[in-house]
Amino acid sequence: MPDRSALFDRLPSAPGVGYKPQHFTAIMDDASPVEWLEVHAENYMGAGGRPLAQLRALAERFAISVHGVGLSIGGEGRLDPDHLARLRHLCGWLNPASFSEHLAWSTHEGHFLNDLLPLPYTRATLTRVVGHIDEVQDALGRRMLLENPSSYLAFAESTWSETEFLDEVARRTGCGLLLDVNNVFVSATNLGLDARTYIDAFALARVGEIHLGGHDRDEDGEGAAILIDSHGRAVAEPVWALLDYTLARAGAKPILIERDADIPDWPVLAAEAARAGVVLNALGKVPA
Amino acid sequence: MSVAQSAFHDALFDSTHPAPPGLTDRRGRPAGKRFDVYRNNVAVSLTEALELGFPCINRLIGAENFKKVAGVFLRRHPPRNPMLLQYGADFPDFLEGFAPLSHLGYLADVARLEQALRLSYHAADAVPANAATLETLPPEALVGVRLRLAPAVRLVRSRWPVHAIWAFNMENGLKPRPGAQNTLVTRPGFDPQMTVIDTATAAFIVALIAGETLGQAHEHATGAAADFNLAAALTLLLGTSAIAGIEPGKTGA
Repeated sequence: MPDRSALFDRLPSAPGVGYKPQHFTAIMDDASPVEWLEVHAENYMGAGGRPLAQLRALAERFAISVHGVGLSIGGEGRLDPDHLARLRHLCGWLNPASFSEHLAWSTHEGHFLNDLLPLPYTRATLTRVVGHIDEVQDALGRRMLLENPSSYLAFAESTWSETEFLDEVARRTGCGLLLDVNNVFVSATNLGLDARTYIDAFALARVGEIHLGGHDRDEDGEGAAILIDSHGRAVAEPVWALLDYTLARAGAKPILIERDADIPDWPVLAAEAARAGVVLNALGKVPA
Repeated sequence: MSVAQSAFHDALFDSTHPAPPGLTDRRGRPAGKRFDVYRNNVAVSLTEALELGFPCINRLIGAENFKKVAGVFLRRHPPRNPMLLQYGADFPDFLEGFAPLSHLGYLADVARLEQALRLSYHAADAVPANAATLETLPPEALVGVRLRLAPAVRLVRSRWPVHAIWAFNMENGLKPRPGAQNTLVTRPGFDPQMTVIDTATAAFIVALIAGETLGQAHEHATGAAADFNLAAALTLLLGTSAIAGIEPGKTGA
C-alpha cells in the first residue's frame, strides 16, 4: 500500500466546528477559538454558486475536514461509482486536511435513505467494509477516518464487539478512526454498555479526530431510556466528562463541535468550542 | 439469524411491517420500538429536505399537510443519490398527479418554480458576456449569432400566475390575479432572481436555450407576438448576467 501518512492527521489538535452557511460572516470576521471547520461532503457537490464560493473562501483561512454522510460503506451493494467520483472531485480541488465517513449503510438498491443505518459485526460485514474502504482510499489517494456509529439496537448475529471490529478494519485497511464521544455515550446508554469500558477498548492511537454533539432523550416503550443522536442541542455534561476520560488516555486530538439541528448563533457554538479548547489546554499542563 | 439490508429497508418504509427479527434491545429482546428510531430518522430527514426545497408549497398547503404529502412522496420516490440538494426533482410531477390536491391546479407549477430557483442557486458559475461584443457586430451579422445562456438561467412557463402566487406567499406580494405567467430565473450574483416576462420573450428564450441563432429566436418571438421588443429582451438578459457567451455565426452560411 502506498504511504499516505502525509495526507493524514493534518487537522490541528484544536477546536473545530461543523460549518453552517448562516455562520459564514461571523466566522470570516472572527472565528476564535475555532481553528478548523468540517463540512458535509454532499452539501458541496453542486456545480457552483454560493456554497462552493464560501467553501473556497473558508479553505484559504482554515483547515477543512470533509465528512461524508452518504457513501454507504457498510452497504451490501457496491459503492456508488458516481458518488465516489464526486467525492474524488471535491477532495481533488479542495485538498482537505481530512476525509472521514461512517461505519454504517445508507443506500439500498439505488435508494438513498439519508440515515446512518446499523451493521452486524460479523466476518461478512468485515470483508465488505474492508473492501469498500480500500476502494475509497484508492480512489481518493489518501487515508480516511472511519467513525463509530450511534446505535439504538443490536444484532443478535454479531460476533465482534464494535471496538474490536473498528480496530480490525483499521488494521486491515490502514484507515484512521474518528471517535464520536457522544455516539459512545448514546450507544452505551441504549445498549446497556459501559461507556468508559468502550473507550478503554477503543484503538485510541488510531484516532485522528473526535466528535462531540448533543443528543435527545426518549424512551423505548419498555421503560428504558433511548438517547437519540440528534445534534440538536448543546453537548451534555456526561459527554464532556467522557471526553476528559478519553483525552486523558488518548492525548490531544482535533475536537469537533457538531450541531445540525436547531442551529444557534455563532457565539453559542464558539463558546462550546472554547470549552473544548480549555479541555485541550488543561491536558498539556497536567504532568504525564 | 442474519438481517438482510433488504428486510431492513422494507421495514423502514412500511410501518405496518414488523421490525426484522434478529434485532435486539439492551436485554436481547426484540428491538420493537427501537427500530422506529430509524424509521423516524429516515422519514423526518427526507421530509426536511423537501421542506427546504419547497417552502412555498409548504406555505400553500400548510405544514401538517406538507408532512403528509412528503410522507407519500418519499416512499414512492426515495432519493436516488446522496445529494439531497437535488432531492425533489420528481416532486412537481408527483403533485400534478396527486388526487387529494387536484383542486389546487397551480401547485405543480409553483413547485417547478421552486425547483428552478434551487437548481439556479447550485448551478455552475459563469462569467457574464460583455454587452459591447453585440454592439460591435454589424447588423447583418447579428442574425447568425448564438447566445449561450448561463447555467443558472431557468424558465418556468405556466398557465397559472405562479410568480405572483410565490411572491404573495413568500414576500408579502400583491394578491395574485388569474392569468398565465412566465418566470425567468437568473442569477446575477449568488442569489437567483425572478422576472416575469411576456409570451414572446419566453418564446425567444426557449429558442436561445435550444441553441438557435438570434435570427431564429427572433422569428419564434415575433411569431408569438408581433410587437416583440428585441432590444428590451437583450437588455434584460445582459442586465441579469444571463448571457455567458456570444458566439458569432459562421460567415457565408
